[in-house]
Amino acid sequence: MMGGAIILSALFLLGGVFFFFTATVGVLRFPDFFSRLHATGKGDTLAVLLCLIGLAIYEGFSLTALKIVFIAVFMALAQPTATHAISRAALRKGIQPWMKGGQENDSGV
Amino acid sequence: MSTFFLTIGFGLCAFVFCVLYRVVFGPGVFNRIAAISAIGTKTLIILLIMGFIYDRVEMFVDISMVYALLNFIGVLAAAKFLGLETDL
Repeated sequence: MMGGAIILSALFLLGGVFFFFTATVGVLRFPDFFSRLHATGKGDTLAVLLCLIGLAIYEGFSLTALKIVFIAVFMALAQPTATHAISRAALRKGIQPWMKGGQENDSGV
Repeated sequence: MSTFFLTIGFGLCAFVFCVLYRVVFGPGVFNRIAAISAIGTKTLIILLIMGFIYDRVEMFVDISMVYALLNFIGVLAAAKFLGLETDL
């Protein structure tokens, strides 16, 4: 394999790991459920897309790379759908979003 | 390149253990569901990287695909169940 493809896939993988890191920090540090979901929903989607594209570039032109690209397309569709479903369920159950200056409300259900 | 994949795999495992804090201590069931979804997403990448390390990607990519589908369906089922009007 050419060296350029390996370097490109390594860059994509490192970018994906960086966005996984930001999503993890957001899940651990944000004050309430909706902001945590904001971190994990968007950060994880971007990180998974970057990692899968990097791995597909490393694999080269084959059926396995096509399957990896299929997983990427599926995750790009499924992850926002799952985030929307879980946030709507939480809003229906009456979890109040966090307001600046409001009282501490991180009770869950 | 195998060492690079191994390093990335260990880093993702560390992130999984960090998110596991939210699963264990997170207040309420919704925090737990969201954190489990995040763990499943990281596990998908870890499975693919394991496939590249073992040099058997064509087998691990199917496992990873099934994992993505099951993660999505699990979160949807949990949202449907928890969004019902009845109290748990």
